[in-house]
Amino acid sequence: MLEIFSWLAVLLALVASGGLLLARDWRWQVVWAAAQYLAVFTLTLNHWPLSMAAATLVSGWMAAAMLGISRPPAQSERSDSGRLFQGIIAAVVLLAVTVAAFSLSDWLGSAGFPLALGALILVGLGLLQLGMTSHPGRITWGLLTTLAGFETLFSALENSILVAVLLSAVTLGLALAGAYLLQSAPEQV
Amino acid sequence: MSAPILWIVLPLALSFFLLFVPDERWVGWLGGLTALTLAALALFFPTDSAQLVLDLFSVRIDSTLTLLGRQIQLTPADQLILVLAYGIGAFWFLGALTVGSARRVVPLGLAIVALLVASLAVKLFLYAAPLLEMAVLLSLPMLAAAGESAGRGVARFWVYQSLALPFILLAGFLLSGIEAGPRDFALVAPAALLLGLGFAFLLSVFPLYAWIPMLAEEAPPYVMGFLLTVLPTFHLLFGLNFVDRYAWMRESPQFFLIIRLVGLMTLVSAGVFAMFQRHLGRMLGYFVAAEIGLSLVALSLSNHITSLQLIFGLIMPRTLALGMWALSLAVLNNATGTLSLPALKGLARRYPLAAAGTIFSMLSLSGVPLLAGFPLRQSLWEALAAESPAAALWLGISSLGLWVASLRALAVLVLAAEMPWASAENFSQRALIGLGILSLFLIGIFPQWVNPLLVNLPGMFERFGK
Repeated sequence: MLEIFSWLAVLLALVASGGLLLARDWRWQVVWAAAQYLAVFTLTLNHWPLSMAAATLVSGWMAAAMLGISRPPAQSERSDSGRLFQGIIAAVVLLAVTVAAFSLSDWLGSAGFPLALGALILVGLGLLQLGMTSHPGRITWGLLTTLAGFETLFSALENSILVAVLLSAVTLGLALAGAYLLQSAPEQV
Repeated sequence: MSAPILWIVLPLALSFFLLFVPDERWVGWLGGLTALTLAALALFFPTDSAQLVLDLFSVRIDSTLTLLGRQIQLTPADQLILVLAYGIGAFWFLGALTVGSARRVVPLGLAIVALLVASLAVKLFLYAAPLLEMAVLLSLPMLAAAGESAGRGVARFWVYQSLALPFILLAGFLLSGIEAGPRDFALVAPAALLLGLGFAFLLSVFPLYAWIPMLAEEAPPYVMGFLLTVLPTFHLLFGLNFVDRYAWMRESPQFFLIIRLVGLMTLVSAGVFAMFQRHLGRMLGYFVAAEIGLSLVALSLSNHITSLQLIFGLIMPRTLALGMWALSLAVLNNATGTLSLPALKGLARRYPLAAAGTIFSMLSLSGVPLLAGFPLRQSLWEALAAESPAAALWLGISSLGLWVASLRALAVLVLAAEMPWASAENFSQRALIGLGILSLFLIGIFPQWVNPLLVNLPGMFERFGK
């Protein structure tokens, strides 16, 4: 039963991080980020107690809300071909992370394939987002996505409360820094 | 009182308070004097030992604070780090007063220094990486003040420094497994790979240092100078802790070969690129990258005590030269609004001390004799030549590149212009730059004055320093 939830979480992570990569409207970005942290919560719940997993969820949602409240400046629409290009690159990244997830799950042992795949999807699409922009808003989403992936991976390895607290603080710090830089960002994505 | 409260919590609290102090001079003086006091306390009151004060009462500072079940410790062996950290902080905070950057540099700068000290004080490396990331996040408002848009350099700095966090966290976890027993020795290869990636991002080695010149072109010179002094220094110390702790690392000749190769690539590429720059800020960026490479080359020496002495010995001349350079650049930038070489032609006639500060700092960082950077570069060069003449040749090529860049800057600054010689710097700028130039010469001529600070080094890295 838990396995099904894990696979659903992987699907959610894929859709949400893909949506975050392609979304232009800040409202959709906040929605996708919230969904992404729900996926992270479900995946980390396999290894972390509810309270620690919930802390990740809450800090992620708070980060998304913080970026939403900062009201990013209106972003110009990119052409459909730009989105198509991003989509194709994302597909290539997904192919690569699927292959890598097999080795990673073997190596991590107890983590399981869904967690390894979910984590690598987030890391891969987060890095892709970071590689395609210098806009503070995009960078913040990219860093949050990448960190969420590593956090998911980390949950299988370490269950220290202090690490969870520090990672949550870093998530909120990233969102705060992003919100600060967004206030004076140029209007181009 | 415990040491972590005194040297971490207190400065963090004060930095928050300083954000609300309305007068810039108060911010600079309070921050600078606090940092100076903390450095003096570290020097005269080692932790865990009672000290008699004026024959009246004794003071004892406990080394350990327990937080959420984990220990934060500043042992007597950390004395030098505390003196260096807060000494460097005081130097930059008091200097910020002369260029009107105190409000921008001091409050967040003090918090950054405290967080970096905390990253070295936590006894499990796992917990240090998030603290380093928080220091990076705090530096963003310094680089892009309210209302200013963040450029590509700031963006890259943020991304590259943040990417180090997950890699070091994962490596830290794997390394704790290796530490637990030889059963997990198979984890060494992935741990080393993750750690290498993490430190490549953190230390900004070749080719990941691209953000340094970009940032140096965009950001205010003084802020950038502070960050480019403090962050690489602490990141290197953080890395040294890893080397000290794990036998497989410090006893592996291959590890030090890789470090030497990476260091030389960083050093040589930065030296060569510096020659072709047309912006003094970008030149500073490449000089900083070269200094990172130089420290890595020092780390790669087979005599580890010499390595430590060189790495720590280089910190003071580097801080002094970068401080002087950033201060001089801030003066020149205020005068012209840009640091591109064509705009600075002949400016030595209006700002002779700022121009001299720039040139002498560059020459010191190039390792020119009689200046502060020379004695230790010379020792490093000598030690390196004994181990690998080819590596010593590459070090020479890098120094030549930096030297040519310095001469280009000199040529532009003194280029004949139809204006009389005059000094447009204000009194405090003249005094501070003059004192800085004098110090560059004094440390260059009497390098032994820095030695007392290096006596405790083997105690700090007791395994690596054997």
